[in-house]
Amino acid sequence: MKLVLKNGYVFDPINGIDGEKMDIFIEDGRIVEEVKGEAEVIDCSGMVVMPGGVEIHSHIAGGKVNTARLMRPEDHLRNVSPRTAITRSVCGYSTPSTFLTGYAYSKLGYTTAFTAALPPLMARHTHEELHDIPMLDKGALTVMGNNWLVMRYLSEGRIEHACAYVAWLLRATKGYAIKAVNPGGSEAWGWGRDVRSLSDRVPHFDITPREIISGLMEINERLSLPHSLHLHPNNLGRVGNVSTTLETLELTREVKPSRERQVLQLTHAQFHSYGGDSWRNFSSAAESIAEAVNSSDRLVLDMGQVVFGDTTTMTADGPMEYYLSSLTGLKWANKDIELETAPGVTPFVYSEKSPVSGVQWAIGLELALLVREPMKVMLTTDHPNGAPFFTYPKIIGWLMSARSRERVLNSLHPQAQRNTVLGSLDREYTFQEICWVTRAAQAKSLGLENKGHLGAGADADVAVYPVNPEETDPSREYEKVERAFSATAYTVKAGEVVVRNGEVVRVVSGRTLYVDARVDGELEREVLADVDYYFKRFYSVNLANYPVQEVYLTSPQAVKVDAGVR
Amino acid sequence: MKEVVLEPVSQPECGLVAEVVSCDVFAGRSRKEIEELEVYAGNRRRKLGDFFSVSGSAADSPEETRIVIAGSVERTKWIGRGMSAGEIVVEGSTGMYTGAWMKGGRIVVKGSVDSFAGMMMDGGELVVQGDAGDYLGCAYRGEWRGMRGGSIVVHGNAGSEAGHCLSGGRVTVKGRAESFAGVRMHSGLLVLGSAERRVGAQMTGGSIVVLAETELLPSFELIERVTSPEIEGVRFEGVFEVYAGDLAERNAKGRVYVKVE
Repeated sequence: MKLVLKNGYVFDPINGIDGEKMDIFIEDGRIVEEVKGEAEVIDCSGMVVMPGGVEIHSHIAGGKVNTARLMRPEDHLRNVSPRTAITRSVCGYSTPSTFLTGYAYSKLGYTTAFTAALPPLMARHTHEELHDIPMLDKGALTVMGNNWLVMRYLSEGRIEHACAYVAWLLRATKGYAIKAVNPGGSEAWGWGRDVRSLSDRVPHFDITPREIISGLMEINERLSLPHSLHLHPNNLGRVGNVSTTLETLELTREVKPSRERQVLQLTHAQFHSYGGDSWRNFSSAAESIAEAVNSSDRLVLDMGQVVFGDTTTMTADGPMEYYLSSLTGLKWANKDIELETAPGVTPFVYSEKSPVSGVQWAIGLELALLVREPMKVMLTTDHPNGAPFFTYPKIIGWLMSARSRERVLNSLHPQAQRNTVLGSLDREYTFQEICWVTRAAQAKSLGLENKGHLGAGADADVAVYPVNPEETDPSREYEKVERAFSATAYTVKAGEVVVRNGEVVRVVSGRTLYVDARVDGELEREVLADVDYYFKRFYSVNLANYPVQEVYLTSPQAVKVDAGVR
Repeated sequence: MKEVVLEPVSQPECGLVAEVVSCDVFAGRSRKEIEELEVYAGNRRRKLGDFFSVSGSAADSPEETRIVIAGSVERTKWIGRGMSAGEIVVEGSTGMYTGAWMKGGRIVVKGSVDSFAGMMMDGGELVVQGDAGDYLGCAYRGEWRGMRGGSIVVHGNAGSEAGHCLSGGRVTVKGRAESFAGVRMHSGLLVLGSAERRVGAQMTGGSIVVLAETELLPSFELIERVTSPEIEGVRFEGVFEVYAGDLAERNAKGRVYVKVE
């Protein structure tokens, strides 16, 4: 199957192409230099052509996503749409159904998405849900920051064993990277407690959050995994948490990267960039976080942008969700994942009238505007925690137009204007920078060599947006830009047109990516003996029922890593 | 005012989803077009004309349109959903969700309504001359922000959880309300002829008036005794004990007025 995307304005920052008028050639699901003979030609004149979007952090599948769906029937009243000849009936906004998740991302021009947290014990369920998300290549970040065996090996200084266990766990859960959520804190939550600083001791484990984070970074680099450690630090959403965050970022200085990439992704950074010492003087600390990222080549962040409205928060940070629900008085659910983690779920309404919500909204944008290099920033809302991913076009509008930001800022509570610096930032993103923060930076951070760019050999995942970059001034015409980014003219997935003029025209299932990291066989046998003991002694399931087989994955694609850990 | 009369011909064994029976939908449509409107009997797509014989004609605007259902339609659900103006008169009883999401206009049911009548109402008037089922004037499943405006009057009795999550407007049950009336209500006025146990459980605001003695939860505290009070703009004759609650909730500002003389 051959396809030519003709005459579009191509944005491909990884290959240094910035809005050049050119043709993109596709053959057998790959981008090629040119195609010979008969090919389908799509006229893209006057339109923006970018690589398919890559979502790096979005809660789209897993135990807590489903708990949230059960908890929020009222959310299912939104986006209700009957089945068509090719698509399934769908519903939901902050807790969209799996099928809607696939269709809606595809309409936004996304072709790859990583679910943000896969608790190992929920791996089979998570992959069953990913199986039902069409249109996208998928992956999952395996949660390890409160894992008993990880904490035990690290506290005993057995780093090689920790590496072997992590490699086994990634394979068993068919995960793609190491994720840590409130390291030590979710375990403490099992005892009704939390950790509030990097030096707190985790109950019953002779270890601190600092040691867990440094340990996981070291494991990640020893295994030479494609992505870095993906970290949700301690004290999410707490006033004045910037000091914890900065202290956490400092830890990267001690880590030597094994590949040409960061050693830490600070995820949903907005939720970790809070100044002040009470909700009354709650303020933005985006400047110091941005400064830390600007002055380091080992750090990247994703925004975790807040958009006003009604959403559902969900994270593997049980104590934080409990704290949030006690602030709002709204319904709350906790999931205990034995030996591994403790997620929670609660609805939340970000209100323009609330000074806190206003400051949160400003912080996400400040981070994106203050970090100088766009390859270090990724557009996320931590879907659905800051807002559902349906709001991405709005955020693109804000990034590209100081005027549109000002309009919102002026309507907010005075505290949101006083305690932030957003009003003084006149930087406006270009189309090229938007391309960085919605796909290229993600692909780099994840180590996806065939995604996020349009060079020969790349996956033929392409998004064509109906906006002419030469005739449009995003600064003034931000609404036009938002409309263009909310529905592609064409989304091409693996060389096939799957969305045309904002409508799904072909349903594909996409691949599932996971990391297959190998360590020395003898080391692995020793670790498996410990794993066996833990299963017999503590887990409520049998070890044999724990690992997820490839049959649960749609078109599994293993990324093989031989780290040579002995 | 122009009038459309729907004479029930048959009712399906399972529920009939007939949200099209609304002055907003009928307005500007001919008799033939009204017969052709889509309804669901279970999961089967059918026409309104399969279940009702239609006569009369609709006006161009919903304000000028009256719909008369000339009989009992206990299996017909969602009558008047989201209606913004006009009038529906039902000579008999209706099924679930009557007047849900109603924004304006008036629905009069001469018989009884099934559960979830007036759910998430925002405005307008729902009058029931018979009884109401459970969840009268309630919030949608899972929702904590319920009915925001308008008025519901039930002349008979109501089932459990009348005024569930009430967030504005006024619900009156002249007869007896079963357990948990006003559960989790935030604001608005709920008036009950008499009430079974646990009135106002988890309420955080608004007022409940019970015109007979009732047993309150221990998390309600007697604060005063008043004579002929004015509550949310309405005057009630007699002597009332005023209770604050539900004190099991944070910052609860609810009031329950129980008539004692």
